[in-house]
Amino acid sequence: MDEPLRIGVLAVQGNFREHVNVLRRLGVEASEVRKPHQLDGLDGLIIPGGESTAIGKLVRAYELEQAILGFEGAIFGTCAGMILLARDAVDGLPGQPLLGLIDIGVRRNAYGRQVHSFETDLELAGESRPLRAVFIRAPWIERVGAGVEVLAKHDHRPVLAREGRILVAAFHPELTDDTRVHELFCEVVREAASVRS
Amino acid sequence: MSEIGTMRVKSGLAEMLKGGVIMDVTTAEQAKLAEEAGACAVMALERVPADIRAEGGVARMADPTKIREIQEAVTIPVMAKARIGHFAEAQILQALEVDYIDESEVLTPADEEHHIDKWQFTVPFVCGARNLGEALRRIAEGAAMIRTKGEAGTGDIVNAVRHMRAVYGGIRRLGSLREEELFAEAKNLGAPVELVKWVAENGKLPVVTFTAGGIATPADASLCMQLGADGVFVGSGIFKSSDPAVRAKAIVEATTHYQDPEVLARVSQGLGEAMASISTAGLDESQLLETRGW
Repeated sequence: MDEPLRIGVLAVQGNFREHVNVLRRLGVEASEVRKPHQLDGLDGLIIPGGESTAIGKLVRAYELEQAILGFEGAIFGTCAGMILLARDAVDGLPGQPLLGLIDIGVRRNAYGRQVHSFETDLELAGESRPLRAVFIRAPWIERVGAGVEVLAKHDHRPVLAREGRILVAAFHPELTDDTRVHELFCEVVREAASVRS
Repeated sequence: MSEIGTMRVKSGLAEMLKGGVIMDVTTAEQAKLAEEAGACAVMALERVPADIRAEGGVARMADPTKIREIQEAVTIPVMAKARIGHFAEAQILQALEVDYIDESEVLTPADEEHHIDKWQFTVPFVCGARNLGEALRRIAEGAAMIRTKGEAGTGDIVNAVRHMRAVYGGIRRLGSLREEELFAEAKNLGAPVELVKWVAENGKLPVVTFTAGGIATPADASLCMQLGADGVFVGSGIFKSSDPAVRAKAIVEATTHYQDPEVLARVSQGLGEAMASISTAGLDESQLLETRGW
């Protein structure tokens, strides 16, 4: 039997506990990451939803920015986490860190304020069963680089995408009981680990 | 099919605020300072609780002009307070597209019996509670987030601690009851039996729970988080202190690193004076805000 995957969840602000819960249901050894040394020995990292400005400031203040840039495992960003991983943000704030680990351009709060937040069914690439997806003051992906694979769209816009070891979602798979997106991430983590070894 | 305003969508925003600090602001400038300090949301109101307490009079929803200015100034969620039972204020706040409405005892209540029927709204609501029964009644009315009340505008944390202990202790107690005992307990709590059963099974409230009322220092924020809060509201504690920018940032860091005394010791230094505070033990019953709402 394989060793369980070890995946950390960035826990400076936002919906980190739910990601930890989903990972544990999938048999992953999950931990919370608040400081750079807590990335040591991890196979993967999830950057959760939350407020992208708040997460960005705390990431910078505690030297997590460099640590995440130097992290070699797979990374999954949801909502605010997707913004943090993107190369550019159309309406980014001055001083807001963008790690540029996936070649996409995003628009923050693209669907508007909370009264426009919604849940909907998405078609997932290669799956017949729809995926219920919850969008909370969500960003969308405006620009997709050549190496980026789009895995789901809403209203013709990409909302789930992957480039190599980086996976991003504009919505919140941790808010529903459907674990397929987290299972997909576990696959990405395994692939990235086998590439490294 | 796409749906807006479902409970999952409403409570979903509160889920994203967890581990964060929501700061009371009265102007666009204060809102910018809060965002810069790392606040996960701001609460727009016409006067901070300490001023409401000092000046008296009727405290109402903030001026929509101010709310618009604050919305223009920041990209983080903007919440606003409506008076208890004042569903017309809430309708206006929804039309302004605030991200959350706080049906708040800090404002002067508009109804002595009925809270707002929050199921009628697309915008989510947060409500105050002193104990488990109050929290469950608000959730039954459609609240998508709870904050323990504390005693706003005092800088005294003792009421917030009492309310958190009542809510979290009440939840732990429910978990120890037998199935058939939950019916009588629902009656005692004055809450729907389905909700009582859910809490007994899951060991938590079905919505995110923050702490409010009396948080003045990074240590206060850490105390609340260690007692089980999902995040904190800071009202007068920031903008009534001598150096709001520094204190705001320190409280944000203390809320993230609440279990790390070394970080807490570092961020607690050089903050200047805390807000002018009042011991709630010396307050007359009529001066208490926490008893508003039922």
